[in-house]
Amino acid sequence: MDPRAKFILTIGIFTTALMFTNVFALITIFLFQIPLILMAKTSRKWLRSMRGGLFLGVFIFIMNFIFGTALVLSIAFTLRFFTIMSAFSFFFMTTSADDLGLALEQIHVPYSISFTFTTAVRLVPTMAVDAQTVVDAQRSRGLELDKGNFMKRVRNYIPILIPLIISAIRRSVELAEALESRAFGATDHRTAIVTLKLHFADYLAIIGTILGLAVAIYVYFRVPLPILVIPIQLPKIF
Amino acid sequence: MISVNNTSFRYIGASSDVLTNVNLQIKDGEFVAIMGENGSGKTTLVKMFNGLLKPRVGSVMIDGTDTREKSVAQLSRDVGLIFQNPDHQLFAETVSEELSFSLRNFGFNEEVVKRRVTNILTALDLEKYVDSSPFVLSGGERKRVALAAILVWDPKHIIMDEPTIGQDYLQKDRLRNFIVQLISQGKTIVIVTHDVEFVAECKPRVVLLSKGTVIADDAATKILTNDELLAQASLVRPQIAELMHQLPISGKTLDIIDAYAAREFLVPKLREAVQTSGHWR
Repeated sequence: MDPRAKFILTIGIFTTALMFTNVFALITIFLFQIPLILMAKTSRKWLRSMRGGLFLGVFIFIMNFIFGTALVLSIAFTLRFFTIMSAFSFFFMTTSADDLGLALEQIHVPYSISFTFTTAVRLVPTMAVDAQTVVDAQRSRGLELDKGNFMKRVRNYIPILIPLIISAIRRSVELAEALESRAFGATDHRTAIVTLKLHFADYLAIIGTILGLAVAIYVYFRVPLPILVIPIQLPKIF
Repeated sequence: MISVNNTSFRYIGASSDVLTNVNLQIKDGEFVAIMGENGSGKTTLVKMFNGLLKPRVGSVMIDGTDTREKSVAQLSRDVGLIFQNPDHQLFAETVSEELSFSLRNFGFNEEVVKRRVTNILTALDLEKYVDSSPFVLSGGERKRVALAAILVWDPKHIIMDEPTIGQDYLQKDRLRNFIVQLISQGKTIVIVTHDVEFVAECKPRVVLLSKGTVIADDAATKILTNDELLAQASLVRPQIAELMHQLPISGKTLDIIDAYAAREFLVPKLREAVQTSGHWR
């Protein structure tokens, strides 16, 4: 599938998820993605990424709830987070960095920006490996990340973050020098050997997204949705 | 003693083992070089020594204790692992703060911290950098700071992952002398390296890994002159060994791998040849 069509679909899901705070609507949007994920045969990777976001999801729920948001609304915000995360996971799991770069170039994003973006995406796995090495190196020096109270645990991450940031900066400087040495940006107009072309499925996805958005807007303004009522709310702190 | 018993290891998500049925015993005070091609499992093996990785099958014992029974912090007190890239561990504002970090983690009091930091800075010729940021130092200096950051708590077993990368000849020579000094203090030294020239100069026991298995375990002189083994591990003979191989004396080739032994052997022979013939041919 064309990355541009997938991106439009992702943005469609993202916008729809932002429109609603109704639990049933958000569950519907979330479930709508399941057949797409199954069709793309990325269910295992998708599950792994959802599991990765579980901590943040629980954090969002707890923070909302303890700071006085109603229980149902806290659930809705958490569902919204998972829906948006799922949509972007689906997009990045099914789109290679090359396709992404190509798509950005073909919608006339300046090459330097599209290159920066795709390089950042490409460097994520490298950064993950670096992060693990830094953690190993500091644990070998007696650092225990999960020791102490909350503030101590936060401080424990300083010896991890600083080497990671420094090595990322060093790498980016080296990369910039290597690119300049290879005449990066020497010509204003680049040509691409591969050009993207929208196919039937892509048009279908784009039209489907536009229709879906139209339905969502109609439902938002005109259709009264069933409301989940659980009258539990902690007193507001602020 | 470091004891690796029938150990196999596989990374999460991998379809095959990185290490397969590895057996290795390293006695206290021994000097061992672990060599092998890229991806042969050298770094994975040494990461098991301080418990960063736990074996899937078999066991790794440090001084009689199974690494599964202790945390990395507890094991690191006895096993100092120096990583290949110093940039993966340096983070403090000054070199002295960098060196104090591990001592404080291990619970040393401030007086001991200060004394040990001063001692190690002197030993590694880093005193002038005591208040410098580690990030402004050269690559070789940062590598020395990373080495000092481990040696400062005086671990019994010292593991160095690629210690000679990015070091000039003088620094390598200093490192070799420092290793000799540490061995004389009874430390166990394990280095992971591709640097055949450095190994030839140090002449440790060599453990050769290929595709996750130990294919040879013998003296450096035996292994670095065995072309078949070296080819399996994508290594080549050291230059001196190659020269001696190409120079049969009395119809025999000699297993000399280091410059010192070669000089001892060749100089008298050359002098004799020159005196006999009267000139260089």
